[in-house]
Amino acid sequence: MHIRTLEISVGAFMLAGILALVFLAVKVSGISLDADRGSYQLVARFDDVAGLRERAKVSIAGVQIGRVALIEVDTIYGQAVVTLEIDGSPGGLSADTGAQILTEGILGARYVNLLPGADDETLADGDLIYDTQGALVLENLVGDLITRLGAG
Amino acid sequence: MIQFLRSFGGRSLDRMASLGRATIMWFTALAGLPGPGDLRLLVRQIYHVGVLSLIIIVLSAFSIGAVIALQFHTQLARFGAEDSVGLGLALVLLRELGPVVTGLLFAGRAGSAITAEIGLMKTTEQLSSMEMMGVDPLRRIVAPRLWAGVISMPLLTAIFNVVAIYGGLVVAVEWLGGDPGGFWSGMQDAVELWHDVGKGMLKSVVFAVVVTWIAVFQGYDTEPTAEGIGLATTRTVVASSVMVLAIDFLLTLSMYGEFN
Repeated sequence: MHIRTLEISVGAFMLAGILALVFLAVKVSGISLDADRGSYQLVARFDDVAGLRERAKVSIAGVQIGRVALIEVDTIYGQAVVTLEIDGSPGGLSADTGAQILTEGILGARYVNLLPGADDETLADGDLIYDTQGALVLENLVGDLITRLGAG
Repeated sequence: MIQFLRSFGGRSLDRMASLGRATIMWFTALAGLPGPGDLRLLVRQIYHVGVLSLIIIVLSAFSIGAVIALQFHTQLARFGAEDSVGLGLALVLLRELGPVVTGLLFAGRAGSAITAEIGLMKTTEQLSSMEMMGVDPLRRIVAPRLWAGVISMPLLTAIFNVVAIYGGLVVAVEWLGGDPGGFWSGMQDAVELWHDVGKGMLKSVVFAVVVTWIAVFQGYDTEPTAEGIGLATTRTVVASSVMVLAIDFLLTLSMYGEFN
């Protein structure tokens, strides 16, 4: 009988440990179990992405609709080529959608904000977003300000 | 001078010899495991090593999680970044504190018990009588303890992390009035399954092997006197704590060194 309680408590211990692992995987690291909804990719070229990371979020009006899949550099034009992975299937975003890089809070992470346009045509998988606005870099702003103050 | 060199060399050779004995013991014990009869021994050892360590793990985890959350909250509140408490708490726990503190507690709670138990068996010549009866003590005594340690410690680490996150949640959200949404979403944005959870677990497996190996070997290799057992138990706790901390630094360097 004593052996049995011992076995039960070991079983409960193993179960608790495995449940803890599952909790860490699902709740803490937040892997999404409904990943088969599909996604498509858009490409945007920015003059400056300063501090944007892969896996950063892509949102419209503050609501997340995807993430940054890849950041590459085009050394010929000196631009950053950012591949965005948008959840769902293509057809929801108008062809003249714009993209800008914003910062969450004062010290927060950079993210990509999309500004839907008014065009009837929509963006398809792999399309390029033309209207882009890069990240604001504090040093450049201060530099601009000093030049303007000097000129005026 | 010559005397000093001689004693230094002699001691180095002793160390080398005990490392060799430990390695031989490790392989013979591992080679001697699975068999249906041994499973019962393994379950009993998991009970001693794992289940009985639960209380100290849960209590320490809760207070460590609560303290980290309190410190993060008071400092981050100055920048209005209370939402990052969950993120910082989870990363610190998963990557470092979970495996390391569990390793240290495990060395103190279970490692010392293993050493004392095996040491006493050796001193009272139970091990040699087993050999007389044709029972291999490595297989009957050492192997189940090694395996029990290696199985229990990663599970204890996972439980430690979960309880500590709960402790942090209680302090940061329930007590200090943080935002639960920010707590969880900040955590989920930053934590990656393999990079944080997986590598933390890998660390704890390494610590489990090191700590139980040291504990079992110190017991098996103890000088068969009352004083020897005491010495061996102390050595287990000291050596495994130092090894856990040193190996943690090396693992962190190789796992996270080139990132961020």
